[in-house]
Amino acid sequence: MNAPFEGIGASVRRKEDLRFISGRGNYTDDINRPGQTHMVIKRSDRPHARIISIDASAALAAPGVVAVYTGDDFANIGGLPCGWQIHNKDGSPMVEPKHPVIAHGKVRHVGDPIAVVIAETKQQAKNAAELLVIDLEDLPSIATTTDALKPGAPIVHDEAAGNLCYDWHLGDADAVAAAFATAHKVVTLDLENNRLIPNAMEPRVALGDYDRHTGDYTLFTTSQNPHVIRLLMGAFVLGLPEHKLRVVAPDVGGGFGSKIYHYAEEAIVTWAAGKLGRPVKWTAERSESFMSDAHGRDHVSTAQMAVDKDGKFLALKVHTLANMGAYLSTFAPAVPTYLYATLLAGTYTTPVIYVEVKAVFTNTVPVDAYRGAGRPEATFLLERLVDAIALDMGMDRVEIRRKNFIPRDAFPYQTPVALQYDSGDYFATLDAALKSADYAGFPARKAAAAAQGKLRGIGVSTYLEACGIAPSKVVGSLGARAGLYEVANVRVHPTGSISVFTGTHSHGQGHETTFAQLVSDQLGVPLSQVDIVHGDTGKIPFGMGTYGSRSLAVGGSAMVKAMDKIIAKGKKIAAHLMEASPEDIEFKNGVFSVAGTDKQKTLGEIALTAYVPHNYPIETLEPGLDETAFYDPANFTFPGGCHICEVEIDPETGVVAIVNFNAVDDVGRVVNPMIVEGQVQGGVAQGIGQALLENAAYDASGQLLSGSFMDYTMLRADDLTNITVGTENTMCTHNPLGSKGCGEVGAIGSPPAVINAVCDALNIRHMNMPATAEKVWSIINGRAAG
Amino acid sequence: MPQVTLTVNGKSATVEVEGRTLLVELLREKLGLTGTHVGCDTSQCGACVVHVDGVSVKSCTMLAVQADGAKVITIEGLAAADGTLHPMQEMFREHHALQCGFCTPGMVMAAIDLVNSNPLGLSQDEIRHGLEGNLCRCTGYHNIVKAIDAAQGIMHAPAAE
Ligand code: FES
Ligand code: FES
Repeated sequence: MNAPFEGIGASVRRKEDLRFISGRGNYTDDINRPGQTHMVIKRSDRPHARIISIDASAALAAPGVVAVYTGDDFANIGGLPCGWQIHNKDGSPMVEPKHPVIAHGKVRHVGDPIAVVIAETKQQAKNAAELLVIDLEDLPSIATTTDALKPGAPIVHDEAAGNLCYDWHLGDADAVAAAFATAHKVVTLDLENNRLIPNAMEPRVALGDYDRHTGDYTLFTTSQNPHVIRLLMGAFVLGLPEHKLRVVAPDVGGGFGSKIYHYAEEAIVTWAAGKLGRPVKWTAERSESFMSDAHGRDHVSTAQMAVDKDGKFLALKVHTLANMGAYLSTFAPAVPTYLYATLLAGTYTTPVIYVEVKAVFTNTVPVDAYRGAGRPEATFLLERLVDAIALDMGMDRVEIRRKNFIPRDAFPYQTPVALQYDSGDYFATLDAALKSADYAGFPARKAAAAAQGKLRGIGVSTYLEACGIAPSKVVGSLGARAGLYEVANVRVHPTGSISVFTGTHSHGQGHETTFAQLVSDQLGVPLSQVDIVHGDTGKIPFGMGTYGSRSLAVGGSAMVKAMDKIIAKGKKIAAHLMEASPEDIEFKNGVFSVAGTDKQKTLGEIALTAYVPHNYPIETLEPGLDETAFYDPANFTFPGGCHICEVEIDPETGVVAIVNFNAVDDVGRVVNPMIVEGQVQGGVAQGIGQALLENAAYDASGQLLSGSFMDYTMLRADDLTNITVGTENTMCTHNPLGSKGCGEVGAIGSPPAVINAVCDALNIRHMNMPATAEKVWSIINGRAAG
Repeated sequence: MPQVTLTVNGKSATVEVEGRTLLVELLREKLGLTGTHVGCDTSQCGACVVHVDGVSVKSCTMLAVQADGAKVITIEGLAAADGTLHPMQEMFREHHALQCGFCTPGMVMAAIDLVNSNPLGLSQDEIRHGLEGNLCRCTGYHNIVKAIDAAQGIMHAPAAE
């Protein structure tokens, strides 16, 4: 009997599941260290205030209290660094105010840390935090993106005049102006991309430990990229050298971007552990997550497309205001620029594009990348604009897309906004999605719904995204302060089993399975003989972590490169053993053989020889079978696809029900179809959440109105229907796997599909997200404009 | 400090707790049963669901002292002594109903009670309504619903003769 197929393309059940379904996961909060203390953070309840005084005497005298630290203790320590520098139109750098670890002098958003209390128990720390006497003098504050630049608006940072962080642009303004001047029509749409709170189900946790005898620090943290945290915190904040700092990100309960960034709490517990000589643990309560995890989106834009009389796109002009919050989070400046403006060609041949982006400071939680990061904002803008053009021109929404698609034979396709797409077929994904959604049968379903007094609508969105982040040289020239390659170490053990150490991190993506399949496939060993190790800077050579759908396309490619080295070395050993020339050795299904003969050696035999090198070309070859590769991608990858949403609205209540959702995506080579389907379903659900329910609401002064699950509506099982997922894949042409990435496509393609369907059902030109029952009801009843 | 005596996963335990100690704190911090998770502070996510005397309970919303004398089952206590998984655990794995795994213990415990309380079976819509108290940020629920649907078939199957 043949062993079941476990290689590339098999829907293997996940290796990691057994521990998770048995309650044996090892999340950061499950870790406790001997002698551990507990930290509680006193956070600002004011959006903007001067810190007049902090009296900690009563707190320090309270039972169990070990220490109280404030901004004064961190005054001479580096601020939290920003990893990307954007330049203004005039070439000057963006304004980059210090982001103190603990607020110093002023607090700038609700949730800004003012002081921390460390005690023997969490309860003692909480009690003592209540005894801190903090005198704050309120300052005028600003929260709304559109008000931040208005003359006379309260100023968040003295060094950022008018609250402007940067004023950036991309594209050819003159060419766009010329096209607008002669176009048949210019279609304009104003739109907002609502602010979101990521809400991974596991709240953030940080546990710092210090060994007085060795001087070694260890940080356990809920991170998507432990090496990045080691670098940022070690080099820029605390001044600890890499060899004295180990960062461990064990099982992590979801990230969606929010666990990429280096957060203050990580630096505080590590620093305090060193001061106190005792472990210090902090676990966020959910209400803290709401005001301290980086938020997502928050764009306000005007989009204009010039079209000819047949609906062909001639020129696109976009103006966007992006809210950065009170400080610059790790990747924040890149999101509304290089992850957004460069995507505005989408799936279309629009020949000239000009984008202006102004980023502003406000007294709100910092905003950074959240699942999709910039690309959902670009897609929402484009796909809403295309529907508006179709409506204004009296054209069919699907046909206008087809008319403007980049043709199949035009790849590689150079867009006017810097990116060069390597491959794609937008006609194929569109056609497959139309079929899967039974688009042709929609009018009948709409009529049937109407007979029941319900409003049905259908919405189509065709999207393109750039991920597999990223070619180091390219991002370096665009302002990134890091390289974005990935690292893999493939260690074949003496008896032939394999450990793979990857710099990517799995927090739900199933890397322990997908990567093991990849290795099993290429090296011809059973899946059970392969373990994937991630999340520990003490074990893994280096790595940039997991975000931007990069793990398979970049991290998997690094594995392929390392395995190539293993095979090349194995061939030399096999040649020696079988007295042949290395060029005559073939490797297939885990076996080295001499071409044209029946002589062969298994990978296990070669591994044993490599570690017990008695009969071995020791003069020319080192022993061992352990190879590392750094892989720097040649380009981004470009998944694309089509999402079609069908909604039914009850005009009595305004509730929007998703009755049908079909996604057809092009994600390149698929290793595990079951996992890809799950990733798309999860992403689509988050996109539907953004479109229908989620909104991080601030009042005009900066008080967070949606600060818990009571006021911030998370999608629940009964808000959804089944999500049908298909793929129509074209291969990535520049990485060895052909894979493009699938983590973000769901959240990118779905929001405009939903809103296009809602606008169709309501027969309106536009409405902003979220399409809550209240808003929809108001529109139906003429109480609000779309 | 009050003492609580309860049976957790078949083992009796007597623990000193503060009056305000929550059941989830007792499980995680006193008994080291870290499979039960805490995902919120407003009793809305269901990551903390365990069974108390056979009924699913949000353990973040029950005081430890209220569990005095109770029989508590957590995710760690679901599998049979020989390691055989509960059908709900099996079906979660089979149908890829978990990604990061953080919501999973609470989901599984809530789903078992849901199925047990509906011996006549549940439609997929009813399963979706029955999960109202549990949040998952990763899966979009599609596969969770499928897993529960499959598990109810196994759990309600007449025992083989
Ligand atoms: S922890 Fe969220 S409901 Fe119990
Ligand atoms: S699997 Fe991650 S929250 Fe459900």
